[in-house]
Amino acid sequence: MTNPVIKVENLSKYYRLGLIGGGTLREDINRWTAKLQGKPDPLLKVGQMEHGGRKGDEIWALKDVNFQVKEGEILGIIGRNGAGKSTLLKILSRITAPSAGRITLKGRVGSLLEVGTGFHPELTGRENIYLNGTILGMKKVEVDRKLEEIVEFAEMGKFIDTPVKRYSSGMTVRLAFAVAAHLEPEILIIDEVLAVGDAAFQKKCIGKMQDIAGGGRTVLFVTHNMGTAAQLCDRGLVICGGSVTYDGAIEDAIKEYLRPSSTQKLELGKQHFRGHLLDDIAIKSLSVNGIDLGQQILITPESDLVFEFSGTSTITLKDFDLLITLYKDGVRIVTAHDSEPGTALLEGHFNSTITIPARTLRPGTYTVGLGGERPGGGQWFAGTDLGEITVLEGWAPGYERRSVGVINVRSSGERRMENGPAS
Amino acid sequence: MSKHSQEEFFGHEHITIIEPHGSVFDLKLRELWSYRDLIVLFVRRDFVAQYKQTILGPAWHIIQPLLTTVMFTIVFGKIAQLSTDGVPPFLFYMAGTIIWTYFANVLTATSATFTANTHIFGKVYFPRLAIPVATLFSKLIAFAIQYLFFLGFLAWYSFAGEAVQPNAWVLLTPVLLLMMAAIGFGGGIIISAMTTRYRDLTILISFGVQLLMYATPIIYPVSSLPQKWQFWVSLNPIAPIVEAFRYAYLGHGTLDLPMLGVSGLVILVTLVVGIFMFNAVERTFMDTV
Repeated sequence: MTNPVIKVENLSKYYRLGLIGGGTLREDINRWTAKLQGKPDPLLKVGQMEHGGRKGDEIWALKDVNFQVKEGEILGIIGRNGAGKSTLLKILSRITAPSAGRITLKGRVGSLLEVGTGFHPELTGRENIYLNGTILGMKKVEVDRKLEEIVEFAEMGKFIDTPVKRYSSGMTVRLAFAVAAHLEPEILIIDEVLAVGDAAFQKKCIGKMQDIAGGGRTVLFVTHNMGTAAQLCDRGLVICGGSVTYDGAIEDAIKEYLRPSSTQKLELGKQHFRGHLLDDIAIKSLSVNGIDLGQQILITPESDLVFEFSGTSTITLKDFDLLITLYKDGVRIVTAHDSEPGTALLEGHFNSTITIPARTLRPGTYTVGLGGERPGGGQWFAGTDLGEITVLEGWAPGYERRSVGVINVRSSGERRMENGPAS
Repeated sequence: MSKHSQEEFFGHEHITIIEPHGSVFDLKLRELWSYRDLIVLFVRRDFVAQYKQTILGPAWHIIQPLLTTVMFTIVFGKIAQLSTDGVPPFLFYMAGTIIWTYFANVLTATSATFTANTHIFGKVYFPRLAIPVATLFSKLIAFAIQYLFFLGFLAWYSFAGEAVQPNAWVLLTPVLLLMMAAIGFGGGIIISAMTTRYRDLTILISFGVQLLMYATPIIYPVSSLPQKWQFWVSLNPIAPIVEAFRYAYLGHGTLDLPMLGVSGLVILVTLVVGIFMFNAVERTFMDTV
């Protein structure tokens, strides 16, 4: 079957900021009376303009989104925070209505925007399986049929008749995912639910998702985790500023997602630096992997970090280091130099490159600094907060979620076991 | 801004269409029916979860109206000595209290539908009406318990030779209950639809219900009112239902069938308007809460 099971046509959604705030009858009456007298809305902030005859600011969370999904496809939807992913998901799962456009869905839709929706703490695990299952769209007889499988998948066993409020958070999440994973809709919409549970359970979840997808069901998967996206999805949809900016193979979609959205250049001036050499050395540009640091830079753990910077010097300094520093929460994590000790900086123009190998930093945001100094002190300049880079999640052997920290250390370990009773 | 979804079967194929503007006249009752298992589970959840970890458990269902009745009997019957049309005050107040409590409970609980379920509504779709419909039934269970106790007291009093005459109109009980349920439900979902915009109403509802009780012949019979006041009370669509209920079981009071018919019409309109408003708000309320 190559027929589309999901058809999204010209989908748009706007929010009217001026109107959403109003929560009391008095405010609305004020608004109505002002309208009748032809006065402007008294509740709009000064400077807010009226758009298209309507009062209030309009924000287009989605604008003219078009795409189709074929049966059995696993579509990854990726985009930065605020790009419109969640709005799209909410409309697809019928939590809110679009402002314009149309969606046609063929088949039962199961959406999983959060695990454990509707769990009631006073009810037992078994009661909650029924409640949660039917909330997600199952019939009672379907839950009957799946009950054993769900209990087994969640590793619940004897706790199944204990109230959920006595469960650990890990148990609750396992149970919730187990119910959701055993839904059998033709179309499954999932929002980053994998970010739950311990590593072993996550692995099990990914395995289950692959099974679901392999079974010919259509899956829409929204994620920040490029590693999981690449692993699970065939096709990727990049959403940026409420519009689809890329629709194609997942690898290309990830590349598109990582490409910066603007072409803003970092303006480096004296005010960014401190030290004695401010008047002698000027930095003109600074980029990471070819992207100017004036933009938000996203990097997968699998790519090297290549810093390139250029500048001019009005003096010649024998034995001078230029260096890149990375800070995390104010703590310096890395200092990397552009040359061997003892290298001179000559009067004129300079271009430097510094490479930090892939999989050095753990996911997170790092502040980039740049400086120079003559060993032994005395002459230096430094700027500590020039821009930011964000390392994305993307787990792989040797770069595992469980190795929590700031730096990814290649460690080795060994466990020796001795048989026999402990003495 | 609204959403319309239509589910039809084309040779076992389930088609959902999501559009901004839905038909105003689609009450979506068929979709609600397909979620009946969920309604049953919600009823169970409401009933079971309410009394977990309480010592008296479901006994609370009978303790509350009993204490209210005793209170009314002492305050209004003994101290204020209001007329009860010659009916033993205890039975008079209990009849009024249990049917009123059903209405008040349905109204209060359904009026909180959107505000109390924002979290779950924001994460998953199911026909939102499932929640107030479930409330209707879980409160009906509570009513049934109270009703059985009421029948017990009624039997006790009639054996004791008190002047109570249950009559054939008791067969009207299901209709009266349906009317009470419908007005509580209709009014409740109208308020719930409006609370998504006006939070004032959530404050109003609790004492509003209390005020409404005094405007309804619960602690007094309509017949005890001056003529000109009787007209105002008859504007209250709940009044003829309460009066009819009491007439059927106690044999005193007024059974005004035309007024009951008018009240039925008002209730029907309230109910339909309520469902329209509820469905309209359901489509986009997540954007405003």
